[in-house]
Amino acid sequence: MSINQSGWRPTAPEQGKGNVPASVTGNKALMLEEALIFEIGDSHTTGVDFATAPARAATSKLGALARKAPIGLPGLSEPETVRHYTRLSRQNYGIDLGFFPLGSCTMKHNPRLNEKMARLPGFSDVHPLQPVDTVQGALEVIHQLAHWLVTLTGMTSVAMSPKAGAHGELCGVLAIRAALEAKGEGHRKIILVPESAHGTNPATAAFAGYSVEDIPATAEGRVDTAALKARLGPDVAGVMITNPNTCGLFERDMREISDAVHAAGGFVYCDGANFNAIVGRVRPGDLGIDAMHINLHKTFSTPHGGGGPGSGPVVFSAALTPYAPLPFVEKQDGQFVLVEEETAGEHHAGSFGRMVAFHGQMGMFTRALTYILSHGADGLRQVSEDAVLNANYILRSLDDTLDAPFGPSGPCMHEALFSDSGLAEGFSTIDVAKGLIDEGFHPMTMYFPLVVHGAMLVEPTETESKAALDQFIAALRSVAERAKAGDPSLKTAPHFAPRARLDETLAARKPVLVWKDPAPLAQAAE
Amino acid sequence: MSRFFTQDHEWVDVDGDVGTVGISEYAQSQLGDVVFVEVPEAGKQLTKGADAAVVESVKAASDVYSPVSGTVIEGNAALADDSSLVNSDAEAAGWFFKLTLSDPSELDSLMDEAAYAAFVEGL
Repeated sequence: MSINQSGWRPTAPEQGKGNVPASVTGNKALMLEEALIFEIGDSHTTGVDFATAPARAATSKLGALARKAPIGLPGLSEPETVRHYTRLSRQNYGIDLGFFPLGSCTMKHNPRLNEKMARLPGFSDVHPLQPVDTVQGALEVIHQLAHWLVTLTGMTSVAMSPKAGAHGELCGVLAIRAALEAKGEGHRKIILVPESAHGTNPATAAFAGYSVEDIPATAEGRVDTAALKARLGPDVAGVMITNPNTCGLFERDMREISDAVHAAGGFVYCDGANFNAIVGRVRPGDLGIDAMHINLHKTFSTPHGGGGPGSGPVVFSAALTPYAPLPFVEKQDGQFVLVEEETAGEHHAGSFGRMVAFHGQMGMFTRALTYILSHGADGLRQVSEDAVLNANYILRSLDDTLDAPFGPSGPCMHEALFSDSGLAEGFSTIDVAKGLIDEGFHPMTMYFPLVVHGAMLVEPTETESKAALDQFIAALRSVAERAKAGDPSLKTAPHFAPRARLDETLAARKPVLVWKDPAPLAQAAE
Repeated sequence: MSRFFTQDHEWVDVDGDVGTVGISEYAQSQLGDVVFVEVPEAGKQLTKGADAAVVESVKAASDVYSPVSGTVIEGNAALADDSSLVNSDAEAAGWFFKLTLSDPSELDSLMDEAAYAAFVEGL
């Protein structure tokens, strides 16, 4: 095997401690050390063995486009290839393997029933350009899910097509822009974003052509309502608020904020990524919100790393509904039809356009509807109750060891937020996170939200049992106590992972993105 | 030449009508290892408090605001090759950009070194 000299792996796992020698292979029992695909195999191996083509008199017409040198494909047999990727997959960490407490990500279990439904041929094998009378079932899924989303949020309409949370944000802001322009108020160029909002919110507003102004948070971690009201005026297009916010708190003044924004002629966008904490309990429409995206892939299962792509439908108030994007599904004379540019006509002439070429993430629609129907209305209410209960259990179990800056603000919502205050000099959140890896847990979200120094944001979701939470709490308590005592071994953690602590600074400053063959040879498979 | 600080942890050295802007030692210590810096191009008009530059560390990306209004004379090209200058020498070699001040009276609203030290102490 050739030695990788490209700087890809600066550190090797700790081995050979005590009386046990390190293994010759570098493997640790059945946890296998895996080389890069370019470093295994050889130039004489291929997966498929073609007979040598007979020499022909044909002349190439490629001209200057003809390849001048081998392209460097790795040479592996089929079993070698299968093993390579299977081994790599064993080093991956996902929700099917263990607790995944990433705050803001809602890493809940993805029920297998969802997957079974999404794979039904009538949903998985359809083409977006098929005649609508051949896809009535698929359209009914979209229509029924849309009805659930509108009902759960207390809004007027929903655009199903956006393909992720931030894509939904953009959809909502574009609708706000279209509504303002229709009123002749396109001069409103400022969107207010509180510090406790998701980081994508200011990016979305800027992308849609707005200037962003920050609104500070109060000491208790909520929007400073007075500061927000003071900033409202004829130049403000709207606000983007995350509720529950990234401090894990419910914005109690939401109704008051919405009324003030509307009175000033603006619109209210709500980042609904944290809808999991309030689904079945609060209807955003009752809070005066004009547009909100729903992360189907969080609130209704299938988080990232859990099976599917994203999907971010946007619900609209009556004021924004005329500007919602195409297409949408309607039921006319017992048939489901797609309302598109040709058919929208006068009853949807104000639409700002289209977010995607077709209809959105069919696979996610099926999974989300399956999740909703299998839980039922009462089950969804239980989801948010249990998500909030689990987060508060973690918050109150650890607030004697870790600093909980907003602990005094009352119960949290779906995520528990801690700071690095109280850790020993020179120790930070990163050391706690790396220590958790040694304990077998994926770390929590770190250094976000920015309003808290050295933030640790833990979102357990409702799908973890009390036993799992207790194990995590014991591990985090132990690591936090080591960090408070200044245990030097924590500064070099993880010690039991396949790789020791990586040099993130070097990796960011001088990234090595392409493998370079230390000794170029004639390549196989070409 | 005199040095002023903002509450957002930028400093500006003023020499005649030319200001040199960077981020404070305290700011770099809070950011952690800086991995990328984007400085404004010469000729760019900046108003006091507007986004002027971007600094990205292993922890976070942050905007750097202009402490005063003016026209950019040059950005510090050295930061493109070696962003670690911001960590090693934040208040000298790690400067971000120079600008011609359009309204020197804006300096009155900034802090001097002693006031800034007291401000940081209180954080």
